[in-house]
Amino acid sequence: MKKTSKLSACLSGFLKFAALHQKLFILGALTLAILFPFLITDRYVMRLAVVGFMYVMLSLGLNLVTGYMGQMSFGHAAFWGIGAYTAALLTKNLGLGTLPAFLAAAIVVGIFGFLLGLPVLKLKGYYLTIVTMGFCEIVRLVELNWMPVTNGPMGISGIPKFSFFGISFHTYRSFYFIILILVILTTLLIRRLIRSRFGLALKSIRDDDVVAEAMGVPIVRYKILAFVISSMIAGVAGAFYAQYITYIDPTSFTYNASQEMLVMVIFGGLGSIPGSFLGALALTILPELLRDLMEYRMLIYGVLMVVMMLVKPDGILGNVNFDYLKEQAAARKKEAVK
Amino acid sequence: MFFQQLVNGITIGSTYALVAIGYSLVFGVLQLINFANGSLYMLGGYLTLVMYLSLHGNIGAALLISLVVTGFAGFLVDFVGLRKLRADNAPRMAGLISTLGISTVIDNAIQIWFGTETKAFPNFLDFGKFTIGKTVISWTQIIILTVSLLLMIVFSLIVYKTKAGKSMRAVAQNVNAARLMGIDVKLVISATFIVSAILACISGSLVGSYYQTIDTMMGFSVGMKTFAAAVLGGVGSLPGAMLGGLIVGVVETIGASYISSGYRDAIAFLILILVLLIKPSGILGKQKIEKM
Repeated sequence: MKKTSKLSACLSGFLKFAALHQKLFILGALTLAILFPFLITDRYVMRLAVVGFMYVMLSLGLNLVTGYMGQMSFGHAAFWGIGAYTAALLTKNLGLGTLPAFLAAAIVVGIFGFLLGLPVLKLKGYYLTIVTMGFCEIVRLVELNWMPVTNGPMGISGIPKFSFFGISFHTYRSFYFIILILVILTTLLIRRLIRSRFGLALKSIRDDDVVAEAMGVPIVRYKILAFVISSMIAGVAGAFYAQYITYIDPTSFTYNASQEMLVMVIFGGLGSIPGSFLGALALTILPELLRDLMEYRMLIYGVLMVVMMLVKPDGILGNVNFDYLKEQAAARKKEAVK
Repeated sequence: MFFQQLVNGITIGSTYALVAIGYSLVFGVLQLINFANGSLYMLGGYLTLVMYLSLHGNIGAALLISLVVTGFAGFLVDFVGLRKLRADNAPRMAGLISTLGISTVIDNAIQIWFGTETKAFPNFLDFGKFTIGKTVISWTQIIILTVSLLLMIVFSLIVYKTKAGKSMRAVAQNVNAARLMGIDVKLVISATFIVSAILACISGSLVGSYYQTIDTMMGFSVGMKTFAAAVLGGVGSLPGAMLGGLIVGVVETIGASYISSGYRDAIAFLILILVLLIKPSGILGKQKIEKM
């Protein structure tokens, strides 16, 4: 008991410190992220970093729906997959560049997200969870059976690598910077969104939809909008994945992948941007360190989900409001000076 | 051809109905989707197989042990994963995530234990077959249908006619009022989970014997399909769950034979999405589903 209280005191102390020096922390992390590929030349580590950042992007998108809106989506692996297939087909068959492929993936996935969200998000309760699970399975079956387009279980190979305005990129360093830019853009977008009127409205829907509606929040419209934005982020991540890995097949985009993303969001912290970073990076790196336990990975994820719910249902960094901590610390300082 | 598919569909639909009842019962009492139900269905099938093999073909004892163990697993789902959350008044999503976690644990434990390949399952209900016109009906199908119908009738009687069923319905209506009336709420909730686990186990064993194969993915797909069935019939309504199960089974079988067998599993999900679009309260649902 004593040990845990010491641990939590240590954690809260660290969080307070981080809150006070927020800018310093962000600047430090950013510098480290930019310098990283120049410090480390090991290909394996670089590959891990690229995949880890891609999961950060997916988690950030999913967090908008799960953390801020309070609905679980199992469709994000399907959105990810649709984005990947869209980008793969367009770049391979039509010779499109990377930017138009990203745009096309976002639009196509956004349309799917809209059509899926329209009937389901009108309803209260957890229909979204079940319907997105079904959606994920349907998309997988279509990818598997629609031979002329998706090439079925053989998948699509030989997808061209990234090319911007005719210049193509082949080094790991360039892949790293592309995903880093995508992650930064996503972070800025989510941060902007959740601090806007829209974000506050979204949180109010999560906490009490009746009150939100009474305050004049257009609940259904906002929920659908959040779902579409979230799915579009997953779509762009999929487009990145297709051009990075150059080979895709239906086995990557299954229900299990959705569950992995959810565990990342839940573990890191529901409704927390640093939480998404923590969850995605930790759960990308840890399985690599524990290679011997690979067989037990999903089992451990399952246990992690249950234990997390029993011990800390918000995740490690969930419910940590850095701005509030900062204000509190500043107020205390003022008092001390007096 | 059509009648043959109809018979096959009704047979498989009746086993879906059993699992759907489990969803409906738990949803009625806790307003929670018990994701572990599909895994319990798979667990039941595997346990029956293991016991059958290790008891050298004594199917009665094998089924009995499998029922008891799966029932206990159902109890554990609630005891480990949900009881503390209810005491903490945790948000409803926490319960959902918790049952999902348990479902993942069961699925993967079985996968690690037995491997992911399809296992052969003995048909302990094989008593030959007969034909009516061009339609072949096996005694296995007749027995599955009879057992399922009997169980449905028995559970309907228990829920709607006995005192235990009354207390279950009371908890479903209002937990606090039920507690004030002296109903042991914890006991009722545990009983609900045990009952739904036992139904899932029976259904899993019957399906294993019907298809004569069993695999670790069957829990996931059947879990989703039976939830679709429960929503189709009207969540929280027992006759609705039965009707929904039968409809999903028949539509799926006929769709698979006339459209494409590759999309067999997709049909149930399409039904689910269509129901939510057209009539979210389901066919027999009295409980109005709240719209935003």
